[in-house]
Amino acid sequence: MTATAFPTTLDISSTPRVPLSRLVRVELRKLVDTRASRWLLITIGVITALIILIVFLTAKTSDRTFINFMGATATPQGFLLPVLGILLMTQEWTQRTALVSFTLVPARGRVLLAKVLAALLAGLAAIVLAITIASVATLAGGAGDAWTHIGIDDLGKFALLQASGVLQGLAFGLVFLNSAAAIVVYFVLPTAFSIVASLWKPLKHAAPWVDLGTSQQPLFAGTHMSGHQWLHLASGTAIWVALPLLLGLVRVLRAEVK
Amino acid sequence: MRGAPATGRVEPMITVDAVSKRYGGYQAVDDVSFVAQPGRVTGFLGPNGAGKSTTMRIMVGLTPASRGRVTIGGHAYAAIPNPGRHVGVLLDASAQHAGRTGREVLVIGATTMGLPMSRVDEMLELVALSPSEAKRRVKNYSLGMRQRLGIAHALLGDPSILILDEPANGLDPAGIHWMRGLLRGYAERGGTVLLSSHLLHEVEKIADDLILIGRGRIVAQGSKEELLQARGAFVRAVEQERLVDALSREGLTVVPAGTGLSSDAEAVQIGKVAAAHQITLIELRPADGSGLEELFLQLTGGSQRDALTEGTPA
Repeated sequence: MTATAFPTTLDISSTPRVPLSRLVRVELRKLVDTRASRWLLITIGVITALIILIVFLTAKTSDRTFINFMGATATPQGFLLPVLGILLMTQEWTQRTALVSFTLVPARGRVLLAKVLAALLAGLAAIVLAITIASVATLAGGAGDAWTHIGIDDLGKFALLQASGVLQGLAFGLVFLNSAAAIVVYFVLPTAFSIVASLWKPLKHAAPWVDLGTSQQPLFAGTHMSGHQWLHLASGTAIWVALPLLLGLVRVLRAEVK
Repeated sequence: MRGAPATGRVEPMITVDAVSKRYGGYQAVDDVSFVAQPGRVTGFLGPNGAGKSTTMRIMVGLTPASRGRVTIGGHAYAAIPNPGRHVGVLLDASAQHAGRTGREVLVIGATTMGLPMSRVDEMLELVALSPSEAKRRVKNYSLGMRQRLGIAHALLGDPSILILDEPANGLDPAGIHWMRGLLRGYAERGGTVLLSSHLLHEVEKIADDLILIGRGRIVAQGSKEELLQARGAFVRAVEQERLVDALSREGLTVVPAGTGLSSDAEAVQIGKVAAAHQITLIELRPADGSGLEELFLQLTGGSQRDALTEGTPA
């Protein structure tokens, strides 16, 4: 430690605010710095590769298209990326590190924004991995027309789907601040709602508007989406992603951190 | 209650101004005001549950105060950019991710504050966590090691102000000795140190100023010399009952203490009264128990009589 004397007044002019980029870097680090978080990332990578390999080995040659390879990764990644989002939020409470994080950065909103950006970057990395492995598989033994029916808009929809999942995970993590509760509710509630919506007549009509699963269907159908379908998607996303995100944000910004 | 310790013209570094915190019907902190001066160690003393931790969380903005405000160097804590570079905070050594290594905890802190990684190794060395210990996960740390890690974390940004909640908890005697030296050196460099404790003897040895809190309220504050000054006297006489009568006629109160009497009055007053009434004294000396200790024992739940017998050996 330096042995210089401290000034008797507090001069804060020489220490700029912590930039957001640095906070994002810290949050990315938190995604890999424990055994549990590292294994989650490894699992996402391995399962992505594995599912493409299975499709490659089991599908007919004519079905070995790039879009089919990509489509296969959607489900496992769609399961695991939200968990990554949930854990990034809840670990601060279950491990009580929020005490330290919010002391170093009292503007809690900036810490949360950094977490959102870090989780989205991780989701993006997972998609890039999927695209890379799917491309390799397609080149290695794809069908003759393996690259047709694929446009940049398909990749965009794919990214949108996963980003929405990551955000929903972050939102549920924020609302519950508890890993187990957030994960269970994240998986059970939308599914239960889908089942009710498909069985109960009055809700069945409204399902595309209020059930995210239903409104997301066209995203991976590989078809052109109508304006109406985009509205369904916006409405479902508002209810299942934006609303919990807002509730969680309000909760954490006002919460007493112990 | 006394005013803030007068240490001359130096501006206080931490100012707690009429802070209250209410949880439903429970008043956790009740109109608490005190200051901590640069160059001094301020001990924040009180039994468990007295409101120390709540007050400290309010200081750094983790708990919103119901009323009142805290300023640090004239600023609200939240208004300090990159506060880790100015205020070192340790609120709970156990509030660390159990799955991270000790070193990783410091790396995250140093990265957030924008410090070079060499600072991490310097701090590990300062708190005597060996490289192999630093590589272990926090869940395998003893409370004493967590405490050292927490102190290392608080010191990372070379802050001029330290706010430490029960930093001696879990440290062994050698560790407590080490910490005392560290904090004393910090204050001698002009740093401001505020540390809490529920043990009088722990802070008595290190603090320059003391603030006593009980049931959310400040019950005493001042410099250690003022507060620890022994008041009153212990006396034994052959004609003990006559002495009690004589003293009470002079308006001086005494209470039995062991084989003698304990009084709030000074020894010289008692001696004069005894001489005037020709009472034979066997023993007369200033009380060696301080009022502070009695007060503290009352706060910690001991009855007044227990406190008296402990403070006044018979």
